[in-house]
Amino acid sequence: MRLKIPTDFRIVRLPCTGKIDIIHILRAFEKGADGLYVVGCMEGDCHFNEGNFQARKRVEQAAGILDKIGVGGERVKMYNLSSGEGPLFAQYSMEMVNKIKELGPSPVKLAKQRMQKKADAA
Amino acid sequence: MIIAEKKPIEEIIQEVKDFDRILILGCNECVTVCEAGGKKEVEVLASVLRMYFMAQGQEKTIGERTLERQCDHEYLEEIRNIIDDYDAVVSLACGVGVQFAAEKYLTTPLLPGVNTICLGANEDRGLWTERCQACGTCVLARTGGICPVSRCAKRVLNGPCGGSTNGKCEISKDTDCAWQLIIDRLKALDKMDDYEKVAPVKDWSTDRAGGPRTVIREDVKI
Repeated sequence: MRLKIPTDFRIVRLPCTGKIDIIHILRAFEKGADGLYVVGCMEGDCHFNEGNFQARKRVEQAAGILDKIGVGGERVKMYNLSSGEGPLFAQYSMEMVNKIKELGPSPVKLAKQRMQKKADAA
Repeated sequence: MIIAEKKPIEEIIQEVKDFDRILILGCNECVTVCEAGGKKEVEVLASVLRMYFMAQGQEKTIGERTLERQCDHEYLEEIRNIIDDYDAVVSLACGVGVQFAAEKYLTTPLLPGVNTICLGANEDRGLWTERCQACGTCVLARTGGICPVSRCAKRVLNGPCGGSTNGKCEISKDTDCAWQLIIDRLKALDKMDDYEKVAPVKDWSTDRAGGPRTVIREDVKI
């Protein structure tokens, strides 16, 4: 298809979105990610029946936690599409990247950078 | 097993905010099974606290450790050589574990990270329900294996009371009447004659009313 997608994100492949856990999402933010989105199969089309529903629950839980600690729950999102929807994948990636650019860097990332600068100066 | 629930993150933040070096201490037993305080929950809480304090511009050391059990000397001893590296410990064990750790490490503040709820069963995925109140004098033999002490709101020993309607308790339409369950079970066991026998007065001195309880077994002592 040779579709254009932003270069600002890294793809982490999973056997099924049901494999994702809250800690994976939190660790990404802890390591400095500004946003994260999970792309699962269409609801009702999961090969393992409910993997994508479980993923959605975990994404929502992670969003709740990120909201509570001031990082912002809107930085995580779950999308669903079928494997044949390449253009939609490209559209979702642009949508998410634009949204994260609008929100700006994550407060955790900024704090890490400040700490690093302080450590370098010392 | 002992059922516990995670404390709200805001409450934990409030408790630990004045400490710089915090150890999150999990337990591999009951709280792991009810997904409130096992290794996974330790990782999540540690990550959340690290991010929260980092975003606040505060540098804190958040350590992670999960013990096999926190209600046993031998496992609690495993943190003796690291306990002095921390200003406070958030224990994700049940109330027993928190207290036992606090007794052992007198000079380190021990903070609970979960609310201990009850002795219950894993009824379904994400559903835990109370089954025992540890009253100390078990009556299950004559109640068809269903406990009127923990499952009847009034702890009625010769029930049901007048609040039982269509098998449900008057406190909530979602709560089964324990005595309806007992009668159904006694019928299935063909033991309805037992139901006619009036239960003697129960010895409540073995319950919490008699103060903290102790079990001494000379035969297993070393």
